[in-house]
Amino acid sequence: MSLLTRGRLIALAGLVLLAGVYVRALAFTPIERLQGAAQKIYYLHLPAAIWTETAMIVVGVAGIFYLFLHDPRLDRFAAASAEVGTVFATIVLTTGPLWGKPIWGTWWTWDARLTSMLLLFFLYVGYLLLRGAVADPALRARYAAVLGICGMALVPFIHLSVYFFPTLHPQPIILKPSAPSLPSSMLVTGLYSVGVFGLLYVGFVMQRYALYLMREAQESAEGARG
Amino acid sequence: MRELAAQAWIVARKDLVLEFRTRTALFSAVVFTALVLVVFNFGRDPTAVATIDLAPSILWVTFTFAAMLTLNRAFQLELENQALEGLLVAPLSRASLYWGKLIANLVFVAVVEAVGLPLFVLFFNVPVAHVLVPLVGVIALATVGFVAVGTLFSALLIRIRFAELMLPVLLLPFLIPPLAAAVQVTAHLLAERPLSEVAGWLRLLAAYDLTFVSLATVLFRFTVDE
Repeated sequence: MSLLTRGRLIALAGLVLLAGVYVRALAFTPIERLQGAAQKIYYLHLPAAIWTETAMIVVGVAGIFYLFLHDPRLDRFAAASAEVGTVFATIVLTTGPLWGKPIWGTWWTWDARLTSMLLLFFLYVGYLLLRGAVADPALRARYAAVLGICGMALVPFIHLSVYFFPTLHPQPIILKPSAPSLPSSMLVTGLYSVGVFGLLYVGFVMQRYALYLMREAQESAEGARG
Repeated sequence: MRELAAQAWIVARKDLVLEFRTRTALFSAVVFTALVLVVFNFGRDPTAVATIDLAPSILWVTFTFAAMLTLNRAFQLELENQALEGLLVAPLSRASLYWGKLIANLVFVAVVEAVGLPLFVLFFNVPVAHVLVPLVGVIALATVGFVAVGTLFSALLIRIRFAELMLPVLLLPFLIPPLAAAVQVTAHLLAERPLSEVAGWLRLLAAYDLTFVSLATVLFRFTVDE
């Protein structure tokens, strides 16, 4: 089975399981007392946010290894991860305002947490723009690796600055020093969704990776023909 | 270490001598800074918003744009007559080349800021005399962060089309954390609040400088080598 097909199957499985997340979220988890049904979007929002940040770290780590090993597979992997990260960041930035309108009364506010996700999105866009601007594959891989590593180093700073700003955004309820403060059914659904998004991430990255391979094969075939 | 400093100083002195002999770029940057401050005057309603509320943003947006504009110059300079190739074959370590460029850029931006700050005080009637020392300290901390990342990225973009446009796109997301910190600290200083209230921001600034100066020192050689 080709990489592309396997990637498609994994992504498809992820999408089916995501439907499962929502069956569970709508039918088997309690409705949040203050936010009502709007809180249900959290099962999309939070996992997408976690994987957006993870994908950026993956881009940086792949970049570090690329600079040492010069293996084009690492570069393809970083590029694919950045593309999927961009899509996940878009999901976060779409679901956030959808939740914000009924709960906060505004689509967008310059809250630190929103701003930091927006920054991450721009970081991804810049990374993809840089890749698009360099024609030579080896040079592109090297430049992208440098930017990816810097991007990874920026993530903790974006994250830290969040804590110093007065924020409207709900404080972390799962990833915090004390125990998670939500009903276990919500926690389980949330964690389940994080897993499903992980599956989607893997599936999408595999497909993009396969597409990069195909494009390179086509380019080298065209090069051989002259 | 001493050799690195000596070599870096040679590179920095070369750039600075070039700059202070022609002065075109420096004058343009200073005039640009003055113009941005003038533009800000028309971008606000003095009857609605007190200057003191807006002052930190005015100062930092001006400095950010001025720094960004001047950073392009550092390596564009070396493109003429293949000067870059000359620098690369010279018996200099890559780290000292980066440090040389960093120091030259820092001096350049510092001169622009040294003119910009009094103009800002003059135009917006903001009293800074009583907080001058800590204010200059914050400006220095933030500027080191700006210029450390900016010097690396301007080297990264040297052989790329539309470098003047790409630099701000890649750089701005990186400038937001130090910018946010600098604005918060400046606002506190101008409001005559104690510095201890913004200790977190100051630590963030210092950590940012340390991280990106060391990261850029390591990564620099991957940007200029063919």
